Amino acid sequence: MNDLFDMPSYLEHSFLGLVGLHLREALVPVLAGLVLALPLAQLCVRFRWLYPPVLWVTTVLYAIPSLAFFVVLIDYTGLSELTVMIPLAVYSLVVLVPAIVDGVRSVPQETLAAATAMGLGPVRRYLQVQLPIAAPAILAGLRVAAVSSISLVSVGMLIGNEGALGNMLDAGLKYNQPRLVWLSVISTAVLAILVDALLIVLRVWVTPWMPRGAGRGTRPVLAKGAAR
Amino acid sequence: MIRIDSVTKRYPDGTVAVDRLSLEIPDRSITVLVGPSGCGKTTTLRMINRMVEPSEGTILLDGVDIQQQPVNTLRRSMGYVIQNAGLFQHRTILDNIATVPRLLGWGKEKSRARARELMERVGLDGSLAKRYPYQLSGGQQQRVGVARALAADPPVLLMDEPFSAVDPVVRKGLQDELLRIQEELGKTIVFVTHDIDEAVKLGTMVAVMRTGGHLAQFAPPAELLTDPADAFVEDFLGADRGIRRLSFFSSAGLDLLIGPIVAVDASAEQIAAAGRAGAPYLLVVDTDGRPVGWGDPAELAAGAIDTDGLLSHGRPFTAGGDSLRAALDCAVLSPTGWAVAVDGEGRATGVVSQTSIGEAIRGAHAGRATAGTAQKVAP
Ligand SMILES: Nc1ncnc2c1ncn2[C@@H]1O[C@H](COP(=O)(O)OP(=O)(O)O)[C@@H](O)[C@H]1O
Ligand SMILES: [Mg+2]
Repeated sequence: MNDLFDMPSYLEHSFLGLVGLHLREALVPVLAGLVLALPLAQLCVRFRWLYPPVLWVTTVLYAIPSLAFFVVLIDYTGLSELTVMIPLAVYSLVVLVPAIVDGVRSVPQETLAAATAMGLGPVRRYLQVQLPIAAPAILAGLRVAAVSSISLVSVGMLIGNEGALGNMLDAGLKYNQPRLVWLSVISTAVLAILVDALLIVLRVWVTPWMPRGAGRGTRPVLAKGAAR
Repeated sequence: MIRIDSVTKRYPDGTVAVDRLSLEIPDRSITVLVGPSGCGKTTTLRMINRMVEPSEGTILLDGVDIQQQPVNTLRRSMGYVIQNAGLFQHRTILDNIATVPRLLGWGKEKSRARARELMERVGLDGSLAKRYPYQLSGGQQQRVGVARALAADPPVLLMDEPFSAVDPVVRKGLQDELLRIQEELGKTIVFVTHDIDEAVKLGTMVAVMRTGGHLAQFAPPAELLTDPADAFVEDFLGADRGIRRLSFFSSAGLDLLIGPIVAVDASAEQIAAAGRAGAPYLLVVDTDGRPVGWGDPAELAAGAIDTDGLLSHGRPFTAGGDSLRAALDCAVLSPTGWAVAVDGEGRATGVVSQTSIGEAIRGAHAGRATAGTAQKVAP
């Protein structure tokens, strides 16, 4: 059993070490994307005319293949983690901005009118009403961003061994070790499923106010990120 | 007192929603703004809490221009209730109601205690406190909306078609509840509706508005029904305003006959005497005096009247408590054409014919009770 998870020394990490690295390379960009997406989305809600151009720019960014993105960045950030993480942050941003904008816009007019009439200013209205009600949509966006980010980290194996679990795939192919190939593919998939499940649990936990069963409608569509 | 002083609202697209409107809204009573859809009711209401700013004119609250105080301070001193309640779906019922107290810095415990008190006041079961809005019926949500508006005990309550989206039975319950709460609290309420019946039922004063944001008439409901200012108001009041106006006349003055009432165990002589009392049918009452049904005097068996063979007595009215409209309604619906009057305990106090009610109505119209002095009685 131990043999299965034994890592050759040139991978420089234990199996669990690779898992940790993979999570960091995948999820830090998602968080960074979220931090950037929140104010950007709020601007798009506030100034309606801003949303179409923002949507257009983000869609174009999304259309750049990840490998091309990495290669361009090597000139600036070298063969480092950052080269992998920056594109992932951009992809997360692209997924999260429309998710947040749609979520915030889905707040019913009468709810907003009631909040205004009770004397909640714009900041309170955003933090206490719009954001919490948009939470399910934001979490649905986070699921898409997290899962595609986890699968994309592996591509980093092509730029100086920055692919974490993906490095196993690279090594397995180079030294003809099918065990490493399978382990890489399966553990990446399992990681993605676990993180996704965790986000579902988080959603259920933060939205006790949603009708039971209504969450099924917010199942994210993965098609957009599938072709990387 | 809220004083709207020649206020005009022109929206950026040029729509004139309200046109030089002047209105004095009396304290501690319900003033209803009523009119067809799009006539500027919501705009008028929202100018009072500055959700809409007037293009011209001023609004004074107790003599002070509402522009004088910070807008959120003004809003927190005015409860606001809307159609579909507009509850915060992500907060429990208790926290919804506690919103304004929390904003005012009352502290969590005090705010929640206050919220519980209000749930009771608006007729919500305490067990609903920890529920979320989606778990409540439309009527219950609307009650939460009213409780939330009342939470910080604001002197003014603004209500925009609050009961329009619920079914008629629930709506009547909510209206009655509002009147009861108002009796206890004496708020200055501005109530918007497009339903003239609701306006007449709830309003101490009713402002009828016409499309384009003009005031067509501002009067107490009885005066509105008696003396509509113009053809528009008359048309808006509907075809049966004469009948509805009867809501404002008490049934206390009706000539009730007690002769035609017999007990289930009445003797032959009692039945015969009752038969000569002036009614074609006799009202049979049980041993407690509660009505059982109508019977033909020729067919009633002395000593033990067969109650199964009687005609239904229909819905009785409360003498004095109900209006002439209620009495007339009972008579119209009664199979015998006679209405049954009962006291507070439901015991029969007399019977009255349609003819006799008709005389009372003619008397009322002749000015025995004029519009100015008419007290609203339960319809
Ligand atoms: N924000 C707005 N911009 C432009 N026109 C508006 C706006 N709000 C309302 N109106 C127009 O003003 C008129 C009065 O609207 P409103 O006050 O909502 O009427 P009501 O509440 O009596 O139905 C309508 O013609 C409506 O279309
Ligand atoms: Mg309206």
